[in-house]
Amino acid sequence: MEMSDAPSTPTPFPAAGNISDDEREDLRRHGILLTSMEELYNWGRSNSIWPLQFGLACCAIEMIAAATARFDIARFGAEIFRPSPRQADLMIVSGTVTKKMAPQVVRLWNQMPEPKYCIAMGACAISGGPFKQGYNVLKGIDRFIPVDIYIPGCPPRPEALLNGLIQLQKQIKGERLSGPNTAKHLRADAPSEYPIPEFGAHDLVPPQNPDVWTPPASLPRKA
Amino acid sequence: MESLEQLRNRLLARFPAATVSIVVNPSPSAEHSLLIDAAHGREIALFLRDDDALKLDYCSNATGVDWPDREVVDIKKTTVPDPAGGPGKVVEEKTKRFEPGYLEAVYHLYSMALRHGPVILRLRTANRTDAVTLPSLTPVWRSCDLQEREIFDLYGIVFEGHPDLRRLLMWEEFKDHPMRRDYVAPDDFEWEPTPHDQVLARATKHYPTPPAPAASAEDKGASA
Repeated sequence: MEMSDAPSTPTPFPAAGNISDDEREDLRRHGILLTSMEELYNWGRSNSIWPLQFGLACCAIEMIAAATARFDIARFGAEIFRPSPRQADLMIVSGTVTKKMAPQVVRLWNQMPEPKYCIAMGACAISGGPFKQGYNVLKGIDRFIPVDIYIPGCPPRPEALLNGLIQLQKQIKGERLSGPNTAKHLRADAPSEYPIPEFGAHDLVPPQNPDVWTPPASLPRKA
Repeated sequence: MESLEQLRNRLLARFPAATVSIVVNPSPSAEHSLLIDAAHGREIALFLRDDDALKLDYCSNATGVDWPDREVVDIKKTTVPDPAGGPGKVVEEKTKRFEPGYLEAVYHLYSMALRHGPVILRLRTANRTDAVTLPSLTPVWRSCDLQEREIFDLYGIVFEGHPDLRRLLMWEEFKDHPMRRDYVAPDDFEWEPTPHDQVLARATKHYPTPPAPAASAEDKGASA
């Protein structure tokens, strides 16, 4: 088995002492493959990310375009868009999240099994985007669920989504299965489900999840 | 099609008890509209739809307008004659008058059969707080259904006789009407990088004490 897409940052190889990537590559050319359970596991996971088939606005059109033949997200193993959150690994929040939709987005997130990842695609999902001043627009999905990758753009081109996916794959490949930096989905204390906001008389209750997001204390701006 | 004045006169002849007046639009488009009273709204709408000369069978658009309470200053000029025989002195007398606000529903009507239009209908509520009921025109024109729900949601006009009057865009538990002029949106965002005066004022309000520039320069020096 060939590790053609190893993480770009040289990580020490835990199963083989201080052997470097170059030395491993040298051994591989001689038909000796050295790997670890962690690396194999992450390699498999990162190359079959099943996204949730879930579009909110115009960014979803770009997401669909990324799945078509021209851009072909299947090259990165993420072509199986699942209609059920129970079978999905990745939630691509593609578009404007209205406050009316936000509880449903959080509910879908809670229904996804671990390990799960979230991509905030486009200006709206990141911050509200051009609709930030709207009374019914959530100013970023990271107020309720943890976001792994932010893809700016309005909407981002399919290449940007593919780049975001590659960044997510790098993140997954760097996750640890044991030790102090164990991945989130393997820690019992890390939450998997997040409180679903309720519809209040004037706003969502609560308007954000303080465990995930707190408003910045101040802004660097000209006085 | 007949002119708006002719149409108003015909309506007044047909419905003697109704009040029908023309709201003049002074802009270049000159799209004047008919203001009809809420009590006769449904009857007049049915007449407009079924009359052979009009056949306004299509309501393309229904929308709301909020007219808040306002104070009007009337200036009354009186000329006081000068006892010495000179020119009279003009005295201005200002009186403040309170004009209560109201909500308005506007309907744009066309005729598909006769290919004319638009005829613009306006209906006004008595005030903005407790008497906000208007007759629904959904039984007359099906296309008003969602649009009247939207007006109900965003402006708070209650349409009597609407088959399914629920909020359209906001959730059922929501109490406000966001398109009213006195609506205050939740203060839930921090910064908008477009240099509008209103946006800057909002950011200043959100962060009443901005970080002092001198202190931030010191922080930079300390970290470097």
